Amino acid sequence: MAEPLLSIENLHKRFGQVEVIKGVSLTVGKGEVACIIGPSGSGKSTLIRCVNALVPFEQGSVKVLGIEVNDPQLDKLRLRKHVGMVFQQYNLFPHRTALQNVMMAPIQVLKRNKHEVESEAYALLKKVRLEGKEHSYPGELSGGQQQRVAIARSLAMKPDLMLFDEVTAALDPETVGEVLITIRQLAEEGMTCVLVTHEMGFAREVANEVYFTDRGVIVEHAPPATFFANPTDPRTKMFLSQVL
Amino acid sequence: MDLIAAWFSHLNDTTGINFTVFYDPFDRARFAHGFLVTLQLCGVTIIGSVLVGIFGAWGQGARSIWRRRFVQAYIQMFRNTPPLVQVYFFYFGLSALLPTVKDAIGNAHPLIGGFIWASISLICFAGAFNVEIFRSGIEAIPHSTIEAAEALGYTRLQTYRHIVLPLGLRICMPALTNNLVNLIKTTPLAYAIAVPELLYVSNQIWSDNENVPEMMILLFFIYIALVGLLVFAMHAWEKSLRVPGLGK
Repeated sequence: MAEPLLSIENLHKRFGQVEVIKGVSLTVGKGEVACIIGPSGSGKSTLIRCVNALVPFEQGSVKVLGIEVNDPQLDKLRLRKHVGMVFQQYNLFPHRTALQNVMMAPIQVLKRNKHEVESEAYALLKKVRLEGKEHSYPGELSGGQQQRVAIARSLAMKPDLMLFDEVTAALDPETVGEVLITIRQLAEEGMTCVLVTHEMGFAREVANEVYFTDRGVIVEHAPPATFFANPTDPRTKMFLSQVL
Repeated sequence: MDLIAAWFSHLNDTTGINFTVFYDPFDRARFAHGFLVTLQLCGVTIIGSVLVGIFGAWGQGARSIWRRRFVQAYIQMFRNTPPLVQVYFFYFGLSALLPTVKDAIGNAHPLIGGFIWASISLICFAGAFNVEIFRSGIEAIPHSTIEAAEALGYTRLQTYRHIVLPLGLRICMPALTNNLVNLIKTTPLAYAIAVPELLYVSNQIWSDNENVPEMMILLFFIYIALVGLLVFAMHAWEKSLRVPGLGK
């Protein structure tokens, strides 16, 4: 078997006295979609933040395309070129237009040619169905539109792995759909994705593997068909009975 | 020009209200030069102190504790002492420690002249406030915005330059304008070390002509105009930076 694109082994993370992740291991192969679900405070977001070194961790190993994240000599830029991340609160740069938001990182971080990047940015915004909104500022866009700009902004860096941190949690139910369509499209194109989500229906449809976390550990994981139909752990059953 | 000169000359002859700078070529030249020096002093110190603010606020966020302490010590020193004492400190204190240079006829001159010392000391004074002003703008930026830049591979410097500074500037603009207005009003301190700026030449003129009230009125109007110009420029700048959906 080929080496997985992302592998996490026995990851431990503590904030002061509180250990929020207590030995998590998981692997995601190229082109796979992993969904992490679980109650609030179970360490889901912290877990994916460890993957692109936004949060340092004490123990364990995270490897993205063979790059060890838990390494004091880590070249963060090299890692982050491979890993895109989309946040719950979109976090667009409010002083730049949608198009500029997409263009900024390739030009300023990767020092790429502006004209090349510009035509790619137009194409990306078209892909997330935001044609005509290129010159709008984030403050003029709806939450769903902003989140799609954020996805386009991450894709502009041509990542191999996309992390989605509860990207629909701040949206109203009607606009959740438009963001999920975009993510599904990405998954179908073969983008490797790790999603922290509360959208069970979505997880069931797009995930290759669903992970249920609680209190810093992975309680149970399985392909979605098995996971949702026949959960084995009582905690998973309890959680699913509450949210489904 | 001649008409104005004739009118002010007539005003002096008939009422004794004596605006020499408008009809006496010698006084006019002195006054114009003083005005030019004030303009230069304002320009140099405004630009300098804003740069100090930008780099100082950057230093405040440095990883090295010594760099942060250095910035903090600088702010405390220049915020907590009177600007006149600072001007004297540079001109009489520091200058005395520097070597002198001899001119063609053998007279010793200080290495750095009054104008430069006044500029340095006013830049340090206003710069200390500007650092704190920029910090207030920077701290208002949500941490998540900075995190997003980090996730895109931005280094700390790139984040500061492209995201933190442009956003922080928009937030701290009103406070920055205030401090720069204060800076313009502080430039006459250079008088104390014989920099021939507006107040200094005005003093020379009123000593020669005994027209203190007239010169005072003139000074007031010129400073009102200078500050008005700055405020107008800053507001125009603020407006040009305004972005839909951000702030107002």
